[in-house]
Amino acid sequence: MLTFSTTSDAMALEAAAKEHGLPGRMIPVPSEIDAGCGFAWRCELEERDALLAGVAEYALAHEGVFEVAMY
Amino acid sequence: MIYFDNAATTMMKPPEVARAVARAIDSFGGVGRGVHDASLSAGLAVYRCRQQVAQLFNAPDAKRVAFCLNVTEALNAVVSGLLHGGEHAITTAASHNSVLRPLYRKVDEEGSELVILPVAPDASIDYDAFASLFRANTKLVVVTHASNLTGDVYDVARMARITHEHGALICIDAAQTAGVVPIDMQRDGIDIVAFTGHKSLYGPQGTGGVALGEGIDLPWFKVGGSGTHSYDREHPSFYPERLEAGTLNAHGIAGLSAGIAHIEELGVDEIARQTAALADRFEAGVRGIPGVRIIGGHGGIGRTGIVALNVGEIDSAQVADALGYDYGICVRAGAHCAPLMHEAMGTAQQGAVRFSFSHFNTAEEVDAGIAAIREIAG
Repeated sequence: MLTFSTTSDAMALEAAAKEHGLPGRMIPVPSEIDAGCGFAWRCELEERDALLAGVAEYALAHEGVFEVAMY
Repeated sequence: MIYFDNAATTMMKPPEVARAVARAIDSFGGVGRGVHDASLSAGLAVYRCRQQVAQLFNAPDAKRVAFCLNVTEALNAVVSGLLHGGEHAITTAASHNSVLRPLYRKVDEEGSELVILPVAPDASIDYDAFASLFRANTKLVVVTHASNLTGDVYDVARMARITHEHGALICIDAAQTAGVVPIDMQRDGIDIVAFTGHKSLYGPQGTGGVALGEGIDLPWFKVGGSGTHSYDREHPSFYPERLEAGTLNAHGIAGLSAGIAHIEELGVDEIARQTAALADRFEAGVRGIPGVRIIGGHGGIGRTGIVALNVGEIDSAQVADALGYDYGICVRAGAHCAPLMHEAMGTAQQGAVRFSFSHFNTAEEVDAGIAAIREIAG
């Protein structure tokens, strides 16, 4: 899960994901995570490397990277 | 109806604008207020429009494009946030009341100092005289990029160089120029562009904003809901949320995005060329009519799509009424919220009849306007 400092950063990832097919989707940030923005980007663990590669390639700003058990 | 009041609001928009607004109304939730599809759609539309505005003005960072109601609100935010008691500001007599009144209020309520560069009767300004107005406490220059009365475009790049030599900031009022005159913040050293969406950006009314240069901080001018940091006592300090309290007009911004897309497709230079051709055609057609006086238009480094005139001593409101009632031609008369420019042009009593063209007008419409003025003058 990626968190963001600002909504603009979250929207930048949302836009890039749609354009370039990055894995995952936007979700409300879980309450156990402290993040500046209420948005978080969720993907499956096995998609993590592909996501982070895309984040690096398209210079997408994010605040933190977390592994969270989701139900 | 023939619409020549585009300097107030462009009425003929690219058809995609209305379609984008309609789609947005039927599909958008609140920007930044949720992570469901409806909210994300709104957020993406606003995000894309920020990118478009930043690209159009060559602003350094799309995050430093903040949306608000219109250029008036943007200019109020700039003046109220950046000028304080004891500090000095400079503007020109070409300024609209959206510049003048916020500055006057600072003078009257906080003791700020203001000096106003005169405009010559030919609508030109003296850049050496502008340079001589700076003082040790000059903080802010707020100038119109183009007169909303005469269409004269002023050399804001030159004014920015002079401003920075004196250690001050420059904000341009781009109400009349955004989309129809090239604006390059980084090349020309423009610190702040205040813009409105409903004129030559072809967006809906209720859209506008500011684009801030690198390192230019504008204080909060309103605070409230931000969608993030809800447990903080203070509004977020980062951009653009810093300047965007409350739910944005995402429906309107979606339309603005479509309007700017039209500009991207055609190009600012091409829009300027087409608009100038119409204005030139109109001016050439009315200039020789006995009694017609053209007001300004040739004192700047260019002209927007405005041609202002008077017919003999006839009150401008009567001419505008005749154009509207008898010929179905929409123009604007009166003072145009530019009192000092009217004084400079010698038209404070009579006002002026302002024809303002957009590239959606046609040569046939322009010729109908010429014929109407010829009949009224006859």
